[in-house]
Amino acid sequence: MQATNLKHGAKATRVSSLLVLCIAVLMGPHAWAEGPLGSPNIFAPDSTPANSILNLSWFVLAITGGIFVTVGGLLVWALIRYRERATDDESEPAQIYGSTQVEVAWTVIPILIVVVLFLTTARIIFAIQDAPKPQVALDVTVVGHQYWWEYRYPKLGIVTANELHVPVSTALEPRPTYLHLLSADVDHSFWVPQLAGKTDLIPNHPNDMWIDPHHTGVYLGQCAQFCGVEHAKMLLRVYVDTPEQFAAWVEQQKHPGMQDARVAAGRHVFETEACTNCHAIAGTAARGTFGPDLTHLASRTTIAAGAAMNTPENLRAWIQDPDHFKPGALMPAMQLNDQQVDELVAYLTTLH
Amino acid sequence: MADQTLPIAGTLDVTPRRRSQAQVLEWLHGWVVTVDHKRLGILYVVYSIFFLLVAGVEALAIRWQLAWPGLHILSPQVYNRMFTMHGTTMVFLVGMPILFGFANYLVPLMIGARDMAFPRLNAFSFWLTAFGGLLLYYSFIGGFGLYGMGNAPDVGWWAYAPLTAKAFSPGHATDYWALALIVSGFGTLGTAINVIATTLSMRCRGMSLLRMPLFVWLMLVTSGLTLITITPLTAAQIMLLIDRYLGGHFFDTQAGGSAIVWMHFFWIFGHPEVYVLVMPAFGIASEVIPVFSRKAIFGYPAMVAASVGIAFVSLGVWAHHMFTVGMTSVGNAFFVLSTMLVGIPTGIKIFNWVATIWGGKIRFRVPMLFCLGFLFQFLIAGLTGIMLSVAPWDWQLHNSYFVIAHFHYVLVGAIVFNIFAGIYYWYPKVTGRMLSETLGKWHFWLFLIGFHITFDTMHFVGFLGMPRSIYTYEPDRGWNHLNLVISLGGAVQGIAVLIFAWNLVHSYFKGKEAGNDPWDAWTLEWAAPSPPPVYNFAADPVVRSRRPLWDLKHPDDPDWKYEA
Repeated sequence: MQATNLKHGAKATRVSSLLVLCIAVLMGPHAWAEGPLGSPNIFAPDSTPANSILNLSWFVLAITGGIFVTVGGLLVWALIRYRERATDDESEPAQIYGSTQVEVAWTVIPILIVVVLFLTTARIIFAIQDAPKPQVALDVTVVGHQYWWEYRYPKLGIVTANELHVPVSTALEPRPTYLHLLSADVDHSFWVPQLAGKTDLIPNHPNDMWIDPHHTGVYLGQCAQFCGVEHAKMLLRVYVDTPEQFAAWVEQQKHPGMQDARVAAGRHVFETEACTNCHAIAGTAARGTFGPDLTHLASRTTIAAGAAMNTPENLRAWIQDPDHFKPGALMPAMQLNDQQVDELVAYLTTLH
Repeated sequence: MADQTLPIAGTLDVTPRRRSQAQVLEWLHGWVVTVDHKRLGILYVVYSIFFLLVAGVEALAIRWQLAWPGLHILSPQVYNRMFTMHGTTMVFLVGMPILFGFANYLVPLMIGARDMAFPRLNAFSFWLTAFGGLLLYYSFIGGFGLYGMGNAPDVGWWAYAPLTAKAFSPGHATDYWALALIVSGFGTLGTAINVIATTLSMRCRGMSLLRMPLFVWLMLVTSGLTLITITPLTAAQIMLLIDRYLGGHFFDTQAGGSAIVWMHFFWIFGHPEVYVLVMPAFGIASEVIPVFSRKAIFGYPAMVAASVGIAFVSLGVWAHHMFTVGMTSVGNAFFVLSTMLVGIPTGIKIFNWVATIWGGKIRFRVPMLFCLGFLFQFLIAGLTGIMLSVAPWDWQLHNSYFVIAHFHYVLVGAIVFNIFAGIYYWYPKVTGRMLSETLGKWHFWLFLIGFHITFDTMHFVGFLGMPRSIYTYEPDRGWNHLNLVISLGGAVQGIAVLIFAWNLVHSYFKGKEAGNDPWDAWTLEWAAPSPPPVYNFAADPVVRSRRPLWDLKHPDDPDWKYEA
C-alpha cells in the first residue's frame, strides 16, 4: 500500500515537487526519507481538489517568484552600486523627490498583476467549491470530537472512528466522496493535504467538502484547528480502497459486533463497567456516543485517534491509563483489576 | 524628631529618611507621576522590552519542546499556555506599547511641540496598558479559580469560541485574558486619541500636514486605525465575559450561539491590527532609510497616500483568516480580491524605499542594516501574503507552519527589525549616548542569521503538512530535522537579543557621547539637545519644508525651493 502511494504521483507533479524538495532537503537532509508512509506533502497531491490547488500554486509561485527576483535584485544591486565608498567626498548625492511617470508605472503594473491573479484564483474557487455532486458520490458525515473523529455513512448504516475508508475514484470510474462536516463540541479542521485543502468543523455550522483520491493507499492528516489539550493527537487516516476492497469493508462494518463465547468474560466486563456510558458496540447493550464506536475496533490499525498502534499491549496500556499516550484525553483511567483488563482486551481484539 | 506627645506613638514619624533612600524614592516617584511625553515614551519602551524578553523565553520553551518528536519538556497543557501567552504578549504587551512608546517620544519632538495634546490622558493610558500586562500575567497565580484548573490562558491568542466557553475552559485563566485585553485596549485607545489630537493641533509654525515627517503621518494613520479596530475587540471580550458569567449565548454554540461571530469580531480587529503594528514600523523605515542613503524620501505624497490606502483597504480584508470556515464561493472571492488589493499600496511603499536608496550614498550603520533587513524580509512577507490570499491555496496553507512563517516574517522580519533600527537610531537622542556599533553589528548579523534559519525553514515544514498549535508531532511525517533546524535558529536569535539587551545597559553608562545630531539627520528632533529638556525646544521652531535641518545645513540648496 505504501509503495503504491509513493509510486502513483503524476510525473509533472513529481518534477514540480522536486523543486521544493531540493530546497527543503538542503535544510533537513532526511526530511523525506523518514516515515513508512511519507509526508502529508501538499506538493504530492492525489485528488482533484488538491491537484487543482497545486496547479494554481505553481502559477502564483511563478508570479511572486518573478516579483521577488526583480525587486530583490534591484535592491541588492542598488546597495552595491550606491554604497558609500572610502574615496567619496563629503558632498551629498543629488536629491530626487519623486517622479510621476515612474510612480504611475509601478502602480499600474501591480494592478494588472492583481487582476490576473484574482481571476485565476476565482476560477479555481468556483471549480472546487461549487462542483456539482454526482449521483455516484459516497456520502460521509464527519463529526469532530475532542480529540477524535467520528465517521457516519448515512446511506450504508455504518459508524466508525478515526480511520476513514473511501473508494478510489479513477477517470474511468469516478467515485468522489462528499464529506459533511459537523462538530460535537469545539472547532476542528479536517485536513488531509494530499487529498484536499482543509475545511473546519464548527458546531452549529455544517460544512461540506469533497475528495476523489485517484490511487489506493493510506493518506495521513490531522486536526488543523486548535481544539484543546490533545489537539496534537487528533490524527486521522484515509484508507483509499479498490471498489472490491471497499465493498468488502462495507459488508464487514455492517455486521454487529462479533460474538465469541471464548471472550464472554471480557464482554461482561465491558457491559457492566462504565465503558457503555461512552462507547457503543452494535449487538450489545452499549450505546454510548461520547467516545468512538467500538463495534469493529479490531479492524482499525490505530487507537486513540492515531496516538498508538492497535496492539493488545497498547490497548491494555490505554485502558489502564489513557494519559500514557494522550495526557488530557477525555477518557478516564478505568481502575479495573488485572484480570478484568486481560479479559476486556481479549474481547476487544475479537471485534473485527 | 517625632512628636512624643501624640496618643498613637510612631504613626507620625517625621524623622528625615536617609538621604540616598529619599533620592531613590523621589526619582521613582518622579517616574510614576510623570506626564512628560518623553518619560512616558521611555516607560512604554522599557515595559515592552521587558515583555519581549518574557515572551522570547516562552518562544524558546515552545521550540525546545518541538525540537524533536515526542519530547516531554512541556506537558501539553503547559505548551498550550506557552503559545497562547507568547502570542498575546507579543501583540499586546510588546508590539503595540513599544510602537506607541516611539510615538509618544517622537511625535511631539518631530512636529516641534512641547508635549502631547493631553499629557494626563497620556499617563493614564500608559498605566492602563501596564496594568493590563500585570493582569494577564497574574493569571499564572490567580487563574486556578475554584476548579484547580489551568493557571494561564490556553486557548490561543485568537481564542476561538466555543473553546473559551465555561464548559471547555473552566477556571479563571480565560477571564484574565479577556480582562487584560479590555484594560490594555482602553489604554491603547487613549494613546490613539492623544496622537491624533497632537498631530492635528500641536504642529509648530510652518508644519503643514504635508510637511510632517512620514513617521508622524504613519502614527496618525495607525492611531485612526486603532480607534476603529480596538473597539470590536473590546466588544467581543465583553460579550465573552457576558457568556461566561451572565448566562449570555453570543458564542455558546450549545445554546444556539455562533462560533463564526467570534471569528468575525476577532479578525475585524485582528487583521487591521497587523497594520496597526506594521505602519509605525514603516514610519521608522521612512525616517532611517533616507538619512543613511543621504537622500530625501522618494515620492513623499505617494507614501502618504499609500499609507492611508493601506489603512482603508485593511478594514475590508479580515475574512481572509476565515477561508476554511465555509464561506460561500462569492464571499471567498470577495476577500481574495480585497486582500490582493492591499498589495498595491504596499508595493508602492517598497518601490519608494528602493528608489530612495537608488542614487544615494549608503552608510551601512546599524540602524540602516536593520532597515535593509526589514526591506528584504518585508518583500518576502508580502509575497507569501499574496500566496495566502489565494483562497484555494490558503485551504492548504491555513493553520499550517507556512502561516506561522508568514506572520513571523511580518512581525519579526519587518516590525521587530524596524523596532531595533528605531532603537539604534533614536537611543542617542533619548540617552545622550551612542549604542555600541560593534555590539550592534553582532546583534544584527546573529539575529538575521537566526531569523532566516528559523522562519525560512518553517515555510517548508508547512508545505509538508505540519499544522500549528501542536505540542508534538508524529516521527514519520518528515518534519523531524526541519523542526530541529527551526529550534536551533531560535537559540541563535535568543543570543542576539541578549547581546542587544547588554548593549542597551552597557552603552547607557559607557557609550560614546552622542551630541544633538549624531547621524547628520534632517527632522526636528535632532535640533533638540540629547536628551531633550522637559520643554523640548527653548523657542518654538518654524519650518518651511519636510526637512528643516537640511534647509539649515544647506542654505544654498533648501528643500522648500523644490517641494510643491
